[in-house]
Amino acid sequence: PALGLFLFTIARDPLRIIILIAGAFFWLVSLLLSSLIWFIAVKASDPRDQPLQKGLLIFGVMFSVLLQEAFRFLYYKLLRKAIEGLVALSEDGCSPISIQQMAYVAGVGFGLMSGAFSMINLLADALGPGTVGIHGDSQLYFLTSAFMTMVLIFLHTFWGILFFHGCEHRRWWEITAVVVMHLAVSGSTFCNPLYVGSLVPSYLLMAAAAAWAYLLSGGSAQNLRRFLLCKS
Amino acid sequence: MTELSAHLPQFQHGQLTENFPDNHLSNANDTSERRHHDNSERRRNDNPESETNGQPQNNIQQVVEQDEEDEELTLKYGAKHVIMLFVPVTLCMVVVVATIKSVSFYTRKDGQLIYTPFTEETETVGQRALNSILNAAIMISVIIVMTILLVVLYKYRCYKVIHGWLIISSLLLLFFFSFIYLGEVFKTYNVAMDYITVALIIWNFGVVGMICIHWKGPLRLQQAYLIMISALMALVFIKYLPEWTAWLILAVISVYDLVAVLCPKGPLRMLVETAQERNETLFPALIYSSTMIWLVNMAEEDPEAQRKASKNSTYDKQAPANQTQNEDAEADDGGFSQEWQQQRDNRIGPIESTPESRAAVQALPRNSQTSEDPEERGVKLGLGDFIFYSVLVGKASATASGDWNTTLACFVAILIGLCLTLLLLAIFKKALPALPISITFGLVFYFATDNLVQPFMDQLAFHQFYI
Repeated sequence: PALGLFLFTIARDPLRIIILIAGAFFWLVSLLLSSLIWFIAVKASDPRDQPLQKGLLIFGVMFSVLLQEAFRFLYYKLLRKAIEGLVALSEDGCSPISIQQMAYVAGVGFGLMSGAFSMINLLADALGPGTVGIHGDSQLYFLTSAFMTMVLIFLHTFWGILFFHGCEHRRWWEITAVVVMHLAVSGSTFCNPLYVGSLVPSYLLMAAAAAWAYLLSGGSAQNLRRFLLCKS
Repeated sequence: MTELSAHLPQFQHGQLTENFPDNHLSNANDTSERRHHDNSERRRNDNPESETNGQPQNNIQQVVEQDEEDEELTLKYGAKHVIMLFVPVTLCMVVVVATIKSVSFYTRKDGQLIYTPFTEETETVGQRALNSILNAAIMISVIIVMTILLVVLYKYRCYKVIHGWLIISSLLLLFFFSFIYLGEVFKTYNVAMDYITVALIIWNFGVVGMICIHWKGPLRLQQAYLIMISALMALVFIKYLPEWTAWLILAVISVYDLVAVLCPKGPLRMLVETAQERNETLFPALIYSSTMIWLVNMAEEDPEAQRKASKNSTYDKQAPANQTQNEDAEADDGGFSQEWQQQRDNRIGPIESTPESRAAVQALPRNSQTSEDPEERGVKLGLGDFIFYSVLVGKASATASGDWNTTLACFVAILIGLCLTLLLLAIFKKALPALPISITFGLVFYFATDNLVQPFMDQLAFHQFYI
């Protein structure tokens, strides 16, 4: 689905593609830094201590979430400056791309990159022969991974919109809400492989975020109904 | 070195069309005022030069007026051009990665090239490091020697030699290497094939390629051929360069690129300046062009040329003139013939071609026609750039423990580097080396992802945590 989003909405406009790639890049950098921290922590600790390792991993994940949001903020700043440049360049005084579109694209960029990183090795391994969960792990590993990745990509998109909107209108509570949501989703994955604990809340949160972002972008229940019923 | 073209504005006719396309290059790092000032100053400096270059006389007032407009133009469609370069670079990388992943021939160590005589399978790490440094040094010196040779040949107008050299190299590449490639692909997929069919296929492929690249052909086809050739070269490099040597070479090449293009005494810069003085196309170089500003009689194949033709009748008289090679450059023709020439791709052999690609310098004084038709201005990227980007990504996918993650990271890094380079190009408006930024990013990301991110992601995937 994320790829479909990309093809239909982003691939047409080159500027959006650039913003997308830049968004992916920012996510990547944040991942890099967080893994650096984790790596240092792991090297500095005892490799044989399993619970400690797991604890460190959890710490790494949380830290990474915070870093991702920080980078989203940085990216927002960059895009603000870019918009000023674009407005100056355009001949009719208004930017060819609005900040909301940028928010959307940035969110998709983040999401795609995070999704790609989460899934792609999995997919590559899935091409070969093998049995899922042969060592007593869950048999639904691939399926749940796929769903989780999808929900995460969508969430990133929505968070992008919410985050930028919050920054635009200086509503700090929106920003903190996004961060908290992200932390919550990541945290919920800690109870994997008890999948109920992670997938269900994530989807609920996604629905909530979707509705919120939709409302923020100017939609309303009325619009939705008109769209669905194909009225003009 | 492979460089991007500069949009040096030449104003011949006093008009600039107002068909601004709807894309802008986001120039996030500069304020617009600073840009304006820089560019207007540069433009005023450029103008005397352009007159000595034989460009038609420009009205200084026109220049001043058109300063701001033109600069806006340049930056405006910047985004479109970035994408026009993204797509081929991406395609090339995709082809290389796909081949590396599927055809094992290119990851088998079958010996090394004669240019890298020291082996890397030594007992100690120190020995290996030393060997790879020596290898890289030899390679780089070969490249430097070739580049200087090329510049000397060009300076003394031995065009025939250069043409011949390039034709032979492209022959070799098109026929021989693609034959090997095809053979390996067939072997991988266990497809039975007889020699006659193969001969027919290769013959057709090669001949059409030669025609397309050295002569005339549809733009898309030519671009496709250039991409395929770059991919083949990159594959050869990936196969025959041992690991540490490859990374070292990439690093040193980007430094060399930077030096050779920007230093006043650098060979490539001298090449550029000589070409500009003579007001002719640089030389049959290895350049990928995103648009073909074509001869008008090919207009039906090229809608851009057609639009151009319909715009101003004075273009028509220049078009036939562009059929000849170098010297008939009035200012208007300068753009045409140069760009046309730049469609050529030539390669000698595996290594000798590199210096050529390195020497594929690109500094086109943009002619006024292009400035009148802003969306037609293409951006040019040397093929050596394609090759080295693909080498980086291919090596990443071949030898990384993080596999697809690393490949993806390098890919994004290179694209961002390309973006930044194009941004700089739009700001500085002269020939720039395309390698350093992208390769630096790519290398940084490769090593970082491979060593840092990979264990992290592995652990996360194992526990199925998501960040």
